[in-house]
Parts: sequence; structure tokens; C-alpha cells
Amino acid sequence: MHTLALLAAGVALVGAIMVITRRVAVHAVLYLVVTLLALAAVLVMLGASFAAMLEIIIYAGAIMVLFVFVIMMLNLGQTDSAREKQWLRPRAWCGPGILATIVCAELLYCLSPLSGPEPALTPVTAHDVGLSLFGRYVLVVELVSFLLLAGLVSAFYIGRNRAGGH
Amino acid sequence: MPVFSFNDTLLLATALFSVGLAGVLVRRNMVFMLMSLDIMLNATALVFVGAGARWHDATGQVMFVLILALAAVETAVGLAIIVCLHGRGRPTLDADTGNLMEG
Repeated sequence: MHTLALLAAGVALVGAIMVITRRVAVHAVLYLVVTLLALAAVLVMLGASFAAMLEIIIYAGAIMVLFVFVIMMLNLGQTDSAREKQWLRPRAWCGPGILATIVCAELLYCLSPLSGPEPALTPVTAHDVGLSLFGRYVLVVELVSFLLLAGLVSAFYIGRNRAGGH
Repeated sequence: MPVFSFNDTLLLATALFSVGLAGVLVRRNMVFMLMSLDIMLNATALVFVGAGARWHDATGQVMFVLILALAAVETAVGLAIIVCLHGRGRPTLDADTGNLMEG
């Protein structure tokens, strides 16, 4: 069972690394979908099945479809600037990568609270989440509706300029 | 049945956040910057869910839902800005060239 957890975490991490090193945008989107599905598996192993389903439906479904549509509209192809190619060469990130690895190793070595006995995780069901979301945090739900309205209006406004220009 | 420990969750989220931050710093293409932002948001949401499972509190998953809504809005507005910039005949999606909105 622990092997499955390590496998899901490894797939998520490798997929994320592949996302930021691809040249073609569509390949990066596909790797990002794989990363999100692996993260959904991690959430299931944390006992949050409801959050995992939301991750699959909204993130891997809706947001990734937005990305794919926009990349299809832009018709990007192989338009990489020379500076980005220069950034992605190993000679450019080798030194900062080694220094960051040293600092990260020191940090992990010094974090004493990370080493020690800890209680087992207890799953939180969707029932508790619904009670908490629409009981104590109902005002936050209204604020999120304001946020969604603001996003809708701004996206509509930005798109309107483009439609008026043609 | 949770098989992850809270430490593993924190380590995975830290690694994912670092990868996303490196993506935002290294890539200059705006689509890739948005994808890296999504990776970072996912890492923080993973921390919230893990902490909610650790202290048996539903607030962690409530915050996960809020982060999901925030990510949806952020992606929609960012992609709308990208389409708008591209519609003006901008040949590249380099983030350093898009310093004028001209709205």
C-alpha cells in the first residue's frame, strides 16, 4: 500500500518536472493532466475522496480543456524565443540547481518536527465538508460567488475588445 | 483509508511547489507560466487537505474548494489576456513584451 502512495507521488513529481521542460505546449498540457490525476490519487490516499473527485472533474476536466482550446486558437507551433532555449540548457541551471539542493538538504536535515512519531490520519468525509462549508463558512461561499462574477466580467470585457477589433 | 503520512504530504507539496516556482521563473512563455501557477496552487491545496486529515477538521477541504474556484477564475482571466494579446498581432507570447494592456 505504501508502494502505491510512493508511485502516485513520484508520477505527480515527474509529470510536473516534464511540464516545465517541454517545448511544445500541447505536450505540457498532457503531462499536466497526468500530474493532476496522480494528485487525485494522492488525495484519495489521504482519505479525501470528495476533494479527489473535484480535482478530476474541475481541474483535469474543465481547466485543462480551457488550456487546450486556447492553445488550439493561438496556433503556437514551435515559437520559442532564443532566450528560453538558453535558459533550458543544462549549463544555465546547473549551478543554481546545485546550490538550491545544498540549501534544501540543510533545511530537511534541520527540521526536527518532521522526524518523530505522529498519529495516523483520519479521513474527512464529504458529509463533514458540506456541513462545514454551508454552516460556518456560508459567507465565504458568497464571497467566492463575487470572485467568480468578477472573473466572468473581466474575461468578457477583455474578449469584447478583441471581437470589436475585427 | 489514509496511507500517506503528514510528513510525506508536506514533502511532496514542497517539491511540487518548488517545481512550479522554477517554472514561473525559468519559462517566459505565458501559457507555461499559467501552468506552473496551477502546479503551485495544487501544492498548496494538497497541504490544506493533508492538514485537514491530520487534525480531523473539514476546514482543510473547504479551503481546497475555495482554491479550486480561485484557480478556475485565475486561469480564465489569464487565458483571456493571452488571447487578447495574441489577437493584436503580437508574434510572441514572451511575458516581458506584454507590459502594455492598451485596454
